[in-house]
This record gives sequence, C-alpha cells and structure tokens, in this order.
Amino acid sequence: MFGIDAIDLARMQFAFTVSFHIIFPAFSIGLASYLAVLEGMWLWKKEERYLEVFNYWKTIFAVGFGMGVVSGIVMAYQFGTNWSVFSDKAGPVIGPLMGYEVMSAFFLEAGFLGIMLFGQKRVGSGLHFFATLMVAAGTLFSAFWILSVNSWMQTPTGHIINAAGQFVPDDWFNVIFNPSFPYRLVHMVLAAYLTTAFVVGAVGAFHLLKDKASKNARLMFSMAMWMAAIVTPIQIIAGDQHGLNTLEHQPAKIAAIEGHYKNVKGAPLLLFGIPDNEEAKTLYTIEVPRLGSLILTHSWDGELQGLESFPREDWPNTFLIFWAFRIMVGIGMIMLFIGMWSLLRRHQGRFYEDRWLARAAVAAGPIGFVAVLCGWVTTEAGRQPWTVYGLLRTADSASPLNAVEVGGTLIAFIVVYFVLFGAGVYYMLRLMAKTPETVSETASTSLKRASGMTGAPSTLDRSES
Amino acid sequence: MLEFDLPLIWAAIIAFAILAYVSLDGFDLGVGILFPLVAEETGHRDVMMNSVAPIWDGNETWLVLGGGGLLAVFPLAYAVVLPALYIPIIAMLLGLIFRGVAFEFRWRASEKNRIWWDRSFAFGSIVATLAQGICLGALIQGIEVVDRSYAGGRLDWLTPFSLLTGVSLVVGYTLLGATWLVMKTEGELQNTARKFAMVSGIGTLALIGIVSIATPFLDAQYHHRWFEGANLVFSIIVPFLLAICASVLFLGLKRHHDIRPFFAAHGIFLLCYIGIGISFYPRMVPPDLTIWAAAAPEKSLHFLIVGTIFLVPIILAYTIYSYWVFRGKVDKEGGYH
Ligand code: HDD
Ligand code: HEM
Ligand code: HEM
Repeated sequence: MFGIDAIDLARMQFAFTVSFHIIFPAFSIGLASYLAVLEGMWLWKKEERYLEVFNYWKTIFAVGFGMGVVSGIVMAYQFGTNWSVFSDKAGPVIGPLMGYEVMSAFFLEAGFLGIMLFGQKRVGSGLHFFATLMVAAGTLFSAFWILSVNSWMQTPTGHIINAAGQFVPDDWFNVIFNPSFPYRLVHMVLAAYLTTAFVVGAVGAFHLLKDKASKNARLMFSMAMWMAAIVTPIQIIAGDQHGLNTLEHQPAKIAAIEGHYKNVKGAPLLLFGIPDNEEAKTLYTIEVPRLGSLILTHSWDGELQGLESFPREDWPNTFLIFWAFRIMVGIGMIMLFIGMWSLLRRHQGRFYEDRWLARAAVAAGPIGFVAVLCGWVTTEAGRQPWTVYGLLRTADSASPLNAVEVGGTLIAFIVVYFVLFGAGVYYMLRLMAKTPETVSETASTSLKRASGMTGAPSTLDRSES
Repeated sequence: MLEFDLPLIWAAIIAFAILAYVSLDGFDLGVGILFPLVAEETGHRDVMMNSVAPIWDGNETWLVLGGGGLLAVFPLAYAVVLPALYIPIIAMLLGLIFRGVAFEFRWRASEKNRIWWDRSFAFGSIVATLAQGICLGALIQGIEVVDRSYAGGRLDWLTPFSLLTGVSLVVGYTLLGATWLVMKTEGELQNTARKFAMVSGIGTLALIGIVSIATPFLDAQYHHRWFEGANLVFSIIVPFLLAICASVLFLGLKRHHDIRPFFAAHGIFLLCYIGIGISFYPRMVPPDLTIWAAAAPEKSLHFLIVGTIFLVPIILAYTIYSYWVFRGKVDKEGGYH
C-alpha cells in the first residue's frame, strides 16, 4: 500500500493507536489521584471548595476515562492482530502480567467507577470515598503491570527460551522487577502527575485571569503549582537515573539519544544537531564540551560508546530519538522554570497577582502530553530494531500480514480516532471553560440535603451539563 | 499428590470469562441496538442509557480478560485466531469505540448534536455485535493453522454461515437488552420493551434452530460429537432445557413478570454456549488445535492461576455489589449528568 510494506504499516498502526491511548491514561492516572486528594480534604476539612472542585473535575475525568478505556481495549487486541509471532513467543511471559493487570486494575477501576460517578446519593460518603480511592489505586496498578511488561521487553530477565522458541518464565520476580522497571514506573507515574498538574494549573489560571477572586480557581492553581514546584525536580532526577540505567542495559539507545557515532572520551553534550545514520555522523552540532560525559559517567573524561561500536543493522532511528528526547527534556526545563517562578511569587506574596505567571501556566497546559509522547518515542524507537531487546527482532515478530488489510484498518483508525477523540477533547475543553463557581450552587445545596437524611434525592451528582 | 490438568482448568476459566462477557455486555449492547427503535421525543433514550451507564465499563472488562487471558495461557490460540479474524476483530473494536464514547459525549453535546451520539451508540452496538457473531461463526467453521501460524486466506471469515451467526447474535443481544429494560424500567418504556422482547425472543429461537441445523453440515466432526455415545444425553437434555427457558420467557412476558424474562433469556444463552462448548471440546481452535497444544508452558499457567483463584471471587463480589448499589428501576434522573 503506497509502497510501504506491511510490517511498517503494522508499526505505524501500533504506534498510532498506542500513542492515542497513552494520552488518556496519563491524564486519568494523575486526575484519579487528584480527585482522591480533593475528596479526602473535603472529608477532613469540610471546606466546600474541595467538594466543588472535586465535582468540577469528576465530570471531566469521566469523559477522559471513557476514551482511555475504549482506546485501551484496542491495544489488548493489537498484539494479536499485528504481532502474532511476538504474541506466541512472548505471550507466556507478558500475558500473565497483563492478566494480572486486568484482574487487579481494570476490574477495580471499572467496578468502582460507576459508584464514584453515579453513586454518591446511593452510598454514604465514606463508601464513596473508598470508591474514589479504589479507582485511583486501579489506575496505579494498571501502570505498574503494563510498565512491567514494557520494561521486560526493554530489559528482559528471568526467562528461558524453550524448543518452540517461546520465552518461558523462569523466575517471576526477575521478570516483573526487571532492571529498567523501577525507573520506568517512577518516571511514568511522576509524568502522569505532572501532566495532570499542568492541565489543572492551566484551567485554574485561565479562570483566575477572568476572575481574580474565584476561590475555586485559586485552589486549583495553587495546588497545581505546588506540584510543579515539588515534583518537577524529582522527575528530572528520576529521568537522569533512568538514563544511567539505560546506559547500562541499552547503550545503543543512549548513543542515539546523545547523537554520538564514534566512541569518545570526555564527550560533549550536543544541544542541537542533525544525526544522520547514512553518513554516520551528526551534522550542524552545537555542543557543550565534556558535559555529556559528566552527566552520564559523572567524570570529566569518561568514555561514551558511539553507535559505531554496534553492528549497523542494530542501529535505531537516531534522528527521531535524538529529537524526541530533546523535546522531552526541554519541556522538563520549562516545567521547572514555571515551578520555580511560582515559588518566588509565593514568597513575595504576589502569587495570585502575577498575571504573566497565570498566562504562562495557561500556555503550559498541554506540554505534559507532548513530553509523555516524546518520552515514549525515545523509549520505543530506541528499542528498535527489536521487540524483545537483543532477542526478538521486530521484523520477526509480525503476523502474516497483508498490506491492504493493515493499511486499510490503519486509515480507519486514523479517521475514527481523530473524529471521535477529537470531539471528546473538545467536550473536555468546553467543560474546562466553565467557571468552577457555577458548580458551587448545586454542590452546596446537595451537601445540606445529603447530610440531612439518607436517601433524600440529591443533586450532588448532577453537576449540570 | 493430585495432578491438576491446568490447561483444561484454564480453558474452563477462559470459557467462563467469555460467557460472563456475552451475558453482561450482551444486554448493554442490546440496549444500544434498541436505541433507534425508540423515538427520541419520548425521552426514553435517556432512561435506557442511564440503566447501563454505571456498569457498561465493568461488563466490557470481561472482554479484556478473555483476550488478555487467551494471550497469557493460550498464546498460540491468540496468535492464530486474531490474524485470521483481522477485519471483524478490528471492526468490533471500532464499534466498541463508537458506542463507548457515546455514554459521556451524549450528555455533553448540544441538543442539536445529541442525535449524532445516539446514532454513534446504536451504530457501534450493532457493528460490534455483528462482528462478534461473525467471529463466532468463523471459529466454528475452523481456522487453518500451519507451523504455529494462520495459513488461511484473508477473507475466510466471510461466509453465509458466519453472516448467519452474526445476525443471530444481533437478534440474541436484542433479546437480552429488551428483557433488561423490562426489568429496569416502568410504564410506557417497559411495555415497549416487552414487545421487543417478544419479537426478538421468537427470532432468537428460530435462528438458534437454523444455526443448529446448519452446523453439522460444516464439519462431520460436529455431527459426531452431538450424536455419539454419552453426548447423546446432552443432545436431548439441552433442547429440553431450552424449551423450559423459552416458556419461562414468554409466559413471564405475558404475565408481566419483571425479572423472570431477563434470567430466562440468559438461560437460553447459557444453553447455546454449552452446546458450542460441547462441539468444540477438546479443541480450542477448530479444526485441529487442541486445548493442550495451544496452552502456554506450565510455569505461566501456574503463575496466573494463583492470583486468578484469589482475585476472581473478589471481582465477582464487588461486581455484584455495584449491581446491588444500582438495583431497582431507573428514571430520567438516574445519571449524574
Ligand atoms: C511529563 C513528562 C516527562 C518529563 C518532564 C520528562 N520525562 Fe523522561 N520520559 C517520560 C516523561 C517525561 C515518559 C513518558 O514517562 C517516559 C517514556 C517511557 C518511560 O519510561 O518514561 C520517558 C522516558 C525517558 C528516558 C528513556 C528511558 C529508556 O527508554 O530507557 C530517559 C533517558 C528520560 N525519560 C530522561 C528524562 C530526563 C533527563 C528528563 C529531564 C528533564 C525527563 N526525562 C523529563
Ligand atoms: C503508552 C505509551 C507508548 C507509546 C506512546 C509507545 C510508542 C510506540 C512507538 C512510537 C512504537 C514504534 C517504534 C518504531 O517502530 O520505531 C512502538 C512500538 C511498539 N511498542 Fe510501544 N509505546 C507505548 C507503550 C508500550 C507498551 C506498554 C508496550 C508493551 C506492553 C509496547 C509495546 C510495543 C510493541 C509490541 C511495538 C511494536 C513493535 C515495534 O515496532 O517495536 N509499547 N510503541
Ligand atoms: C500496549 C500497551 C497497552 C495495552 C495493551 C493497554 C491496554 C489497556 C486496556 C485494555 C484498557 C481498558 C481497560 C478497561 O476495560 O477498563 C486500558 C486502560 C488503561 N490503561 Fe492501558 N494499555 C497499554 C498501555 C498503557 C500504558 C503505558 C499505561 C500507563 C502507564 C496505561 C494505563 C492505563 C490506564 C490507567 C487505563 C484506565 C483507563 C484510563 O485511565 O483512561 N496503559 N489499557
């Protein structure tokens, strides 16, 4: 189809569907925890603003979560439709992990989501809080298992290979807690929290710019900026550690990230450049001397392996990785800057007054998603040309595919995803454009009623549409 | 020490997950199929959707368990069935997206645009159901496997028989959906639902008859399985039980029982499912791949069974709890929207 072979189409299809999927979980993982915090604060402090903000985000959460679920179900079947050889061979190892994900995470989320969204007037506030906690826990368990799977594909350990060429689990502990998993889990969960914090912060700032007195907008903005200030530095440290771990287990990926083709002592850090696999060098570089070695080996003249130490057929797409990584790190720096700026303004007591800070926060609303996608592109494209690193090549993983079939369904996915999820994102933005105060009336009346007598009809759950 | 036949136990667990999926998502897909048959002006569509909104996600999760479980414990079956059913599987997934998003989007859209999400809900439900039925038919026909991989043609799944099973499933899910509405609603909508249940009940039984007659012609194996030795007993008992379920269904509808028709309709599904199970056993993927040949290595089966025995009862417990929380009749105000 269009001169692209079936396997590349299959890769495009997988990359497209999973990239769409991750956008929603990144938001729901963060938002579920945020909702749990808000409800907990409300139960503890009994201040209405917590409940109002909770109800405000709950509706938005529902829309995003629904899209996460349906795009996720597609993923569960993509392994079989497009990567059947991979499924047959790696299924005995990754399948049970995903089985545990379904049983410990997805059912937990789904079982308690209904109660969280619709059940406030049917169960007491204690049970309702429990349901919210279970939904949040479910999203975290989800991340735990699927990242274990992904990390095993990056740094496979704990398995043996049987006569049929299948990977067979040998030591489950080593399969689950493979070398890159702890790093990836921490980095991804923090990424989800940051992504969500910047969305919440943007919405808070947006309403603050329109109404400086809005107490709910203030609450959102303030909570989000605390997250930005505290979690971004942690995330940067986690990312650095993740990189060191990758250097140990996937040095070719790091060479691509750094844009180094030759082995160098005292390697520079390339800020800019155009890596070119054909010519085996990075063109038009702008570099900081020795910094590359300092970051990766913690010594001025540590040696870094370049791509030339690896067989040519094992090189990943250097250009893509080099740039995806730089965008992610750049966004990390922007987040850090905003976080520090907010600290400064708090210290000066002008936190809610600085309109430029608010404007910057609005502009930074979507950057978390970009960083997440770029991080994943770095990770996954950097694993190429393998699906199970060093053991099973992507080219040997595919189903008996037919280019028309894969191409046709790819186009169907693209059209359907853009139309339906596009509409969804539009609805979410429209909900975010509503002032957080409009919810307050229904919320407060219902609060009184709900606490009055059990079973009385309450409007708590109907945060108007 | 007792030797467990783990592959067989796993086949039973996966069969249970798929049955749970069919019974649970079956009725909420059925509600979607019925959507266009209920006029928008009546406002009944709000009620229909509210009746399933809190539980559809949980229902659909059984599909993920079926697929994920297959990958974990029968990776070979997963690896041959999915490429063989490429188009219907992806059609099903896309269908599920169309309907899944409608649950939220419908309430977010303007009055003018709401109709599009109604259409999306109905269209998605019908496509997903039809695709599932086609997959079932194609599986019954058998899937060609050479060297651990699918070896058939790209359109093997498309035959008159698979289309027949596709349509049958649409009618069958309609019955589940209609009896669900009989149970969960009142007044005018309930009366309408009763009529739908009558019609789709008759249709379901007729189609079960046609499919049962057509199946033995596909493959002599099926014929044998049904009329051989001990299985003959099943061949008599199953139709007998089917007749009982059918009479409970129709009498229940006639005498305005709210709950009985729903369970009778599920009884019909259960019996058909058992019938298919008998035809398949001991194969996982007809015509050749057996349960034992498709199974993952012992260690994988072991690792997952430990958690499954522990977690599935918990899952069932809170699933029942959440149905309990939302028990009783629903009304327009049932949602949070
Ligand atoms: C808000 C999102 C976000 C931000 C600000 C950052 N990252 Fe990141 N990064 C991710 C979100 C992310 C991610 C989406 O979560 C990835 C993809 C897979 C993974 O494990 O995490 C990732 C992967 C990833 C990898 C690839 C690991 C591998 O494949 O082996 C490295 C080396 C880094 N990150 C390093 C960093 C550094 C040094 C950052 C400093 C600014 C940074 N990241 C900021
Ligand atoms: C959710 C975030 C993820 C994103 C955005 C992402 C992105 C990508 C991209 C861009 C590719 C194409 C790489 C290339 O061909 O150059 C890819 C391939 C792939 N990824 Fe991921 N990935 C994600 C998570 C996962 C997870 C969790 C798994 C495993 C459980 C996984 C397994 C695969 C497989 C099997 C392929 C196809 C084979 C291949 O091309 O390597 N991915 N992914
Ligand atoms: C290729 C890899 C992936 C597969 C096969 C996959 C599969 C799925 C499936 C089947 C669902 C729907 C569950 C339901 O029925 O309720 C889902 C939802 C979800 N997935 Fe993924 N997923 C993948 C990647 C990821 C990654 C990388 C993360 C996060 C780190 C993630 C986190 C979640 C979460 C939190 C949900 C709940 C829905 C939501 O939050 O929007 N998934 N996924």
